[in-house]
Amino acid sequence: MVVIEYEAPQSLGEAVKLLSDCTDKPARVLAGGTDLIVQLRSQVGGPQLIVDLKKIPEMMDAVLDENGLSLGPSMCCAELTARQDIKTVYPGLVEAAYLIGSTQIQGRASVGGNLCNSSPAADTIPALIAIAAECLIIGPDGERQVPVEDFVTGVGENCMASDEILKRIIVPLPAAGTADAYLRFIPRTEMDIAVAGAGVSVTLDNNGICTAARIVIGAVAPTALLVPAAAEALVGSDMNDTALQNAAAAASAASSPIDDLRGTIEYRQHVVGVLTRRAAVIAADRVKEK
Amino acid sequence: MSEVKDYKYIGQRTIRPDGFDKVTGRANFGADLTLPGMLWARVKRSPYAHARIIDIDTSKAEALAGVMAVATAADFPAIASETLQMGETSADIRDLARNNLALEKVLYHGHAVAAVAAVSQTIADQAVELIEVEYAELTPVMDVLEAIKDDAPILHDDLFTAGLAETPETPSNIAMRMELKKGDIDAGFAEADVIVEREYQTPTVHQGYIEPHACTVRYDEDGQSMIWCCTQGHFDVRASTAKILNMELSKIKVIASEIGGGFGGKTTIYLEPVALVLSKKSGRPVKLVMNREEVFRASGPGSATRSWIKVGARKDGTITAMQGILHYEAGAFKGSPMAPGVMCVFTPYDVANVHIEGFDVVVNKPKVAAYRAPGAPQAEFAAESAINELADKLDMDPIELRLKNAAKEGTQAIYGPKFKAIGLVECLEAAKNSAHYKSPLGKNQGRSIAAGFWFNAGMSSSVVINMNPDGTVVVVEGSPDIGGSRASMAMMAAEELGIAVEKIKPIIADTDGVGLNSTTGGSRTTFATGMAIIEAAQDVVKQMKERAAAVWNVTLDQVDWVDGVAVNTADEARLSAAEICAAAGSTGGPISARASLTARGAGPSFAVHVADVEVDPDTGKVDVIRYTAIQDAGKAIHPGYVEGQYQGGAAQGIGWALNEEYIYDENGVLENAGYLDYRIPLASDLPMIETVIVEVPNPFHPYGVRGVGESSIIPPLAAVSSAVSNAIGVRMSELPCSPPRVLKAIQSRDN
Ligand SMILES: Cc1cc2nc3c(=O)[nH]c(=O)nc-3n(C[C@H](O)[C@H](O)[C@H](O)COP(=O)(O)OP(=O)(O)OC[C@H]3O[C@@H](n4cnc5c(N)ncnc54)[C@H](O)[C@@H]3O)c2cc1C
Repeated sequence: MVVIEYEAPQSLGEAVKLLSDCTDKPARVLAGGTDLIVQLRSQVGGPQLIVDLKKIPEMMDAVLDENGLSLGPSMCCAELTARQDIKTVYPGLVEAAYLIGSTQIQGRASVGGNLCNSSPAADTIPALIAIAAECLIIGPDGERQVPVEDFVTGVGENCMASDEILKRIIVPLPAAGTADAYLRFIPRTEMDIAVAGAGVSVTLDNNGICTAARIVIGAVAPTALLVPAAAEALVGSDMNDTALQNAAAAASAASSPIDDLRGTIEYRQHVVGVLTRRAAVIAADRVKEK
Repeated sequence: MSEVKDYKYIGQRTIRPDGFDKVTGRANFGADLTLPGMLWARVKRSPYAHARIIDIDTSKAEALAGVMAVATAADFPAIASETLQMGETSADIRDLARNNLALEKVLYHGHAVAAVAAVSQTIADQAVELIEVEYAELTPVMDVLEAIKDDAPILHDDLFTAGLAETPETPSNIAMRMELKKGDIDAGFAEADVIVEREYQTPTVHQGYIEPHACTVRYDEDGQSMIWCCTQGHFDVRASTAKILNMELSKIKVIASEIGGGFGGKTTIYLEPVALVLSKKSGRPVKLVMNREEVFRASGPGSATRSWIKVGARKDGTITAMQGILHYEAGAFKGSPMAPGVMCVFTPYDVANVHIEGFDVVVNKPKVAAYRAPGAPQAEFAAESAINELADKLDMDPIELRLKNAAKEGTQAIYGPKFKAIGLVECLEAAKNSAHYKSPLGKNQGRSIAAGFWFNAGMSSSVVINMNPDGTVVVVEGSPDIGGSRASMAMMAAEELGIAVEKIKPIIADTDGVGLNSTTGGSRTTFATGMAIIEAAQDVVKQMKERAAAVWNVTLDQVDWVDGVAVNTADEARLSAAEICAAAGSTGGPISARASLTARGAGPSFAVHVADVEVDPDTGKVDVIRYTAIQDAGKAIHPGYVEGQYQGGAAQGIGWALNEEYIYDENGVLENAGYLDYRIPLASDLPMIETVIVEVPNPFHPYGVRGVGESSIIPPLAAVSSAVSNAIGVRMSELPCSPPRVLKAIQSRDN
């Protein structure tokens, strides 16, 4: 019989200690469990110690102030998407969280879990990179901070050691005239995995000229990709059709998707360009609405 | 002929008797029975799509602590080939045994080769890993066109094409050829001004039931056994298990649990004989449950097809000739629903010259099972698409073209009967007059329609009605309820008895508790089992009138039955059902009646659907934006559940048209064995499906009932794909119309 131990510490210190003391068997932390528990059921030889993070208050809250957003990574998406204040400042991040699974799944699933599971198709990762989010990581040797684009290192892989925990997600306050957007493509309306995704943040000046942009594509490479060439296509333009078309082409060119049952290489390359263009238009419209 | 009557209960929207149990979670499904001392089983499955079994070594599994029994095909008695009717389709019992546990060869990835029963599921799971099977791999054949090539690897050395003029001497993957013809096909095309001709393709699809196959069985010391399982037909489970294990029917009791969907997929068996062998060997009850992946890999899907259709018409829209060649994948063993496909394909039309050829072809996929109107959606997709293309070429409205050629009362159907009253014209008129059909379309939108025909089945039903001493009623039937039929049974009993529907309790008895019942399939239950209920209820009424006549000492013709009360026509004396039943012990004994019948005259149900779609020109994604399902119910017993059948069939057909398909890799391994990547439509994917119930009474049924469960899945395939064609200006002849395929069509148009 396989025995799985379950711990629910009240503090991050305790959680880190549980992990670093656990040297004789595989251990994993648990947030909403919507990835982990599914994996447990389909895997042989999974973790034998599970450390639940949901009893740790600082993992579960979100603070929005003049410095930006500090997000407790285990807050469930339903709670995050209900936060009007956050949605106003980072509409793209919130819409990415709102795409995960369904109402039921969002009652459990967290942004931190989405990030740490590090799937190439994770919806919040391109949205987080687009808004220049960083990961504050805690471990036995203290804390360190890593940009999200450097956090995810491969398919299902990230830069954390097995005794490290993602403590906060830190997002700077966007510059004036900035808005973000995230779009993904699935063949249905929900409960599906992105065939391609695009997170975009644009900054426009008073004349509607784009002064800065971050464009990130998802599900079309082993990790979400920041595409500077696509951003450059927009900067200096008034977001006209040619600029948008060039940004789309740059996104398609940067992608290196695989052929699988969810989409062909050709199809994904095309669609990621379409999404990039559409997300850029939405982000620009959001700036104008502000 | 049924007359127009005023009904008291028929046509109401009563509460379903199984509702509370289901919404509270109290209802017991296939995997819910646990018995003292019970073992847990797991099946060992083939890693190859096509291979010869050299050796199976179970010794290590048997040696594992906690393992109580291991079974292989060697535990089944040798049986000869014999055809057994199962639901709407039939099975060769020898093939069925080999599908339950492979003998000599494995014929698809996931084919069962052995099974283990152990004291826990974990141990059973570990034990199957310890079973060592030596295989000699063979090349898999994954597509009909590959399978029918002269040099194709042969699945069965003893399979010779049936239906040919001369008996062939070499084995073939073509199990059967069938042909139907009428008139002179060449002369028919010579008369035509316009001809359309095209190839069509449909994928392997899943019925989409949510509950996996499951059973708990017990083989007793005295040779009696019990099977609890989720099935559409427990009498067929009994018959097939008995044949495979060479047992007497009286030794097997099958109890049908509540069922979480079947749609034809639960009209055959995979687990029951295997579990019984394990139970017999271990002396303990055994539970055997498939997981979702096993359901996809190893239970019967709907058949993939390739069809060629040619239709010719005169300028005025008169169709002069219809020709088709239909290839159906049977999966690992012969027996695709090719024959019904051949019989249905052009049946909505009254055409002088028709020629249809059909082929039943084995491939290295799981043996197909029935799926709602088995065989019809695939064939009629091709035919209805061709009719829509013809309408375009003739510059005629597709409804007008169909009206001009529609089958009606008196039309000689190619598969045999001359139609009595049927409702195709009425359905087409309803579509033409609908607000939907007249509404405008926007940019990137397209609309189309399609018709559908399905025979419907009658088959055998047995029921008993028992009157309780307080005048309440138990209706004992043997038709597993997959669509709310218990409500309809109670309503029909209520109507005849004049007793309130709330006082009537319908139950589904096990195979020992009621006479033989054919499987719930072929849209037969409300029609045929309902007929038995009407007959038994009339008998009960007669008995109650007799008791009243005896009490009053009058002749039977002086007693009327009014709203559940016997009335003496001479003096207005009254005796209620409750009073009669309370006194029954002293007036001749308890009151009950039975009826057993084979129902004739199942009226065909025609359907016409109207679909509007919007296509995203940049991604190829299709949204169904408005949808109307129109169908002839004959007489809707419970209109709510009739509408539910229309909507459910439409939803399944829309999924088939847009996203559903089994995707196999080059080794014959299914890549999307689960609902994440096998995309059935979600509630949020569909608009509210509008319904119109047309009622052209079936002259063979006392209330005019026709089966309504199946026809609704037929039209969506062509209605939706033709609507996509109209939106993008390219003919979509291959399903599903998934985003990459639609985008490719758009790009090919633009280049
Ligand atoms: C039905 C269904 C639909 C889904 N749909 C989508 C979808 O549309 N889009 C999408 O992107 N995903 C989807 N998912 C996947 C999943 O829901 C998301 O990835 C979700 O965000 C995971 O969050 P969680 O809190 O449940 O993570 P968990 O399952 O608890 O954890 C996931 C992984 O991250 C680790 N982890 C979690 N938190 C931390 C932390 N703070 N520090 C270190 N490691 C941590 C865990 O150990 C585990 O390895 C779906 C899943 C299901 C079951």
